[in-house]
Amino acid sequence: MSAHITLRVARYRPEEESESRFEDYEVPCPSDWVVLDGLNHVKDQVDGTLSYRWSCRMGICGSCGMLVNGEPKLTCATFLADYAPGPVRVEPLRNFPVIRDLVVELGDFMSKLTRVKPWIVRQVEKPLSEGEYRQTPDELDDYKSFSMCINCMLCYSACPIYGLDPHFIGPAAIAIAQRYNLDSRDEGATERMRILSEHDGIWGCTFVGECTKVCPKHVDPAAAIQRYKLQSALDWVKGVVLPRAAQ
Amino acid sequence: MNRNAAYTPYHPRWHRQRVSTYWWLERRSYFLFILREVSSVAVGWFVALLLLLVRALSGGAAGYQDFLEWTRHPVVLALNIGSFAFVCLHAVTWFNLAPQAMVVRVAGTRVPGWMIAASNYAALATTTTVVVALLLLRW
Repeated sequence: MSAHITLRVARYRPEEESESRFEDYEVPCPSDWVVLDGLNHVKDQVDGTLSYRWSCRMGICGSCGMLVNGEPKLTCATFLADYAPGPVRVEPLRNFPVIRDLVVELGDFMSKLTRVKPWIVRQVEKPLSEGEYRQTPDELDDYKSFSMCINCMLCYSACPIYGLDPHFIGPAAIAIAQRYNLDSRDEGATERMRILSEHDGIWGCTFVGECTKVCPKHVDPAAAIQRYKLQSALDWVKGVVLPRAAQ
Repeated sequence: MNRNAAYTPYHPRWHRQRVSTYWWLERRSYFLFILREVSSVAVGWFVALLLLLVRALSGGAAGYQDFLEWTRHPVVLALNIGSFAFVCLHAVTWFNLAPQAMVVRVAGTRVPGWMIAASNYAALATTTTVVVALLLLRW
């Protein structure tokens, strides 16, 4: 294995240039170095102006998502040695506006996330004196896989529908909505359905399935969206056949 | 959070990459997805063919013979062979995706995904067997 590998990093400096361009950096390539280690090496030793997001280095914070050789990846979980002899192309996440170098604009995703009410909605809160809302292991299993989302936005980057129509609410927001719908303590499914049944909600998805493939936490947003569609269609049929019961 | 700070398409300093018209050729999975979407046209064609057959049958034996002659034309034959390939792709891809969309519980236990896909294939096999049997028995 070569001792070094070339990182081909997309650079965009808005005060200097209107297009992004690639710059090559030689970085060490020990077997335990991930792409993020390579970027940190560049920042520390070669060019301190390189900008990118990162925090935990252990696949939890969801900050360091980038395109590695065109694939959306968490750079803290993507080993350089797997790309030897290189070069390794590192670009900002696709489908998002780039602020600088590898840093993308998050505002669109954050506002979509809050639209789906990603918290437990109760019609009436029970008093503290009645104790906690208890849940069985089976009830936990219903939503646990969807609760693993770390908001890394790799699914948005992989989704061609979001690329073509930025108003589409997107895979993670729908998966997180489903996480709360399936929670036995939650009573907000109807409110969320109203939001997600809109034009730019679940029906925007054409089931490409890439969101599920790139998810580093195995959340399966594509499944969440299709189940939502099924539920929405059943609700509609119920409303037509049994209008009173559906109310 | 300020909702107005969401998507601001005309921010002058942000760099945006245009999505290419040919984005679906950039990755194998995107290309397969587009093939699956296009396969709906083949499904539509077979529905139209069935309706044309029904119309031909209403014209009696002569009408039916004319219809058969028409389907033997090389262009129609090629179209039907191509459409059949697309319909097979349509069936296989959707059957394989069905477990993602359906959560079926039997006695409180979730039915594994492969069983949901297998039940789709079993339904297809059963229907095909019945149709072939009807044809062989010349009902």
